Amino acid sequence: MKLSKKDLLGIRDLTVEEINLILETAESFIEVSTRDIKKVPTLRGKTVINLFLEASTRTRTSFEIAGKRLSADTINISSTTSSIVKGETLIDTARNLEAMNPDVIVIRHSAAGAPQILARIMKQPIINAGDGAHEHPTQALLDLMTIRAKKGKVAGLKVAIVGDIAHSRVARSNIYGLTKMGAHVTVAGPATMMPRYIDRMGVTVCYRLEEAIRDADIIMMLRIQTERQQENLFPSLREYANYFCLNGENIKLAKDDVLVMHPGPINRGVEIAPEIADGPYSVILDQVTNGVAVRMALLYLLTGGK
Amino acid sequence: MEQKRIVMDAAGIDRSLTRIAHEILEKNKGTEELILIGIRTGGVFLAERLQKKIAKIEGVEIPLGILDITMYRDDLLSTNRKPKIGKTDIPFSLEKRKVILVDDVLFTGRTIRAAMDALIDFGRPKLIQLAVLIDRGHRELPIRADFVGKDLPSSLWEAVSVNLTEKSGRDEVVIEESGQGSGVNN
Repeated sequence: MKLSKKDLLGIRDLTVEEINLILETAESFIEVSTRDIKKVPTLRGKTVINLFLEASTRTRTSFEIAGKRLSADTINISSTTSSIVKGETLIDTARNLEAMNPDVIVIRHSAAGAPQILARIMKQPIINAGDGAHEHPTQALLDLMTIRAKKGKVAGLKVAIVGDIAHSRVARSNIYGLTKMGAHVTVAGPATMMPRYIDRMGVTVCYRLEEAIRDADIIMMLRIQTERQQENLFPSLREYANYFCLNGENIKLAKDDVLVMHPGPINRGVEIAPEIADGPYSVILDQVTNGVAVRMALLYLLTGGK
Repeated sequence: MEQKRIVMDAAGIDRSLTRIAHEILEKNKGTEELILIGIRTGGVFLAERLQKKIAKIEGVEIPLGILDITMYRDDLLSTNRKPKIGKTDIPFSLEKRKVILVDDVLFTGRTIRAAMDALIDFGRPKLIQLAVLIDRGHRELPIRADFVGKDLPSSLWEAVSVNLTEKSGRDEVVIEESGQGSGVNN
């Protein structure tokens, strides 16, 4: 069993078997990060380029650590240090990078579809590390891994995804991933942040936090993406927090063993109250830890082979 | 693949492991500082059996670890096969311990090289000894076993399969004609 495509562009392209393969491989990689010497020679001599043309701390660092733990040479390129600022097109950047013979390109871009463009013109595997409001497949995979590790399964769980659904690539990838793996997904948020026809993705739609999280096994809170909003979609952060902030009171509606997740970075007191973010239900830091293992697994599965 | 012949049956495997257990104790003068590390997957089952046999002889259960060497293989990037990575579980320190590395078949020596590389990443053992059920020759690296159940000279056109109850439902060692001289076995 191996991945059928040369790239990882979205969860939408993956089969259930491929998702399971990635998660099982990632579970084996967790152990490497617990060692005193956190490095194995698996990808020695391989070059991974992290082309991050949009701001990122944890995803870029996570990919960099993943590459280094597998002994690959990792190169980071950001928008401010690339020739994009001189007016070079993404396609020209890609062709020049390809001429340097890297083995994998990890790309984050503010435009949806940028990884697909690279995948078409480059022979190297392309990993989507987030493209606009389209997909963030590695985040969804690390979320699935976290859920599986804590709950032992994904199928049959009730998952609430709450917040700015319209602008969230995390929500989109998670909806694809969770529904494929058999979870029941409810999305909730202000009507102005709910895309039309979202119910066609196989989710239940509601507009109140309390309704979505009632009896939930998993609550996935999303960040308010002010950078992707072209207009004011709610009157004020204070009002948003009033209706959609997960706090010590409304969380009682969920199951007693509910898991609280957040892709980060957190707007404390807006999407999630500090006592919940740091409380016993929170698996936010487990998500970060699992992120390194998932990215190691993807680099391993997509790299190598003649 | 056509079955050729059974070269070791369940009783033969058991006798060999009993002898190896005694040899380990004799060479190391008891169980002090000893630990067993089984190489996934066949080596793990054999290490577990050796652990039980040593416990029966000496009354001491020596620690047992599991090592997956996939990430240390030197052919990982030159083959289209993507081996499935298994979990390594060594929940104790290797510092100043005598490690008995256990595998089912010793062939080119590349698996053992990978295993030693992996072990050194976990710490600095006092020494590493190698116990294998079958030594079929054809070494590509200067590696030899300290404890051998059976020397089994075989051609590169043959494959040696160690079937163990834990995985295959029966204990036997079989030589099979592989049809090509790739040197790849079990």
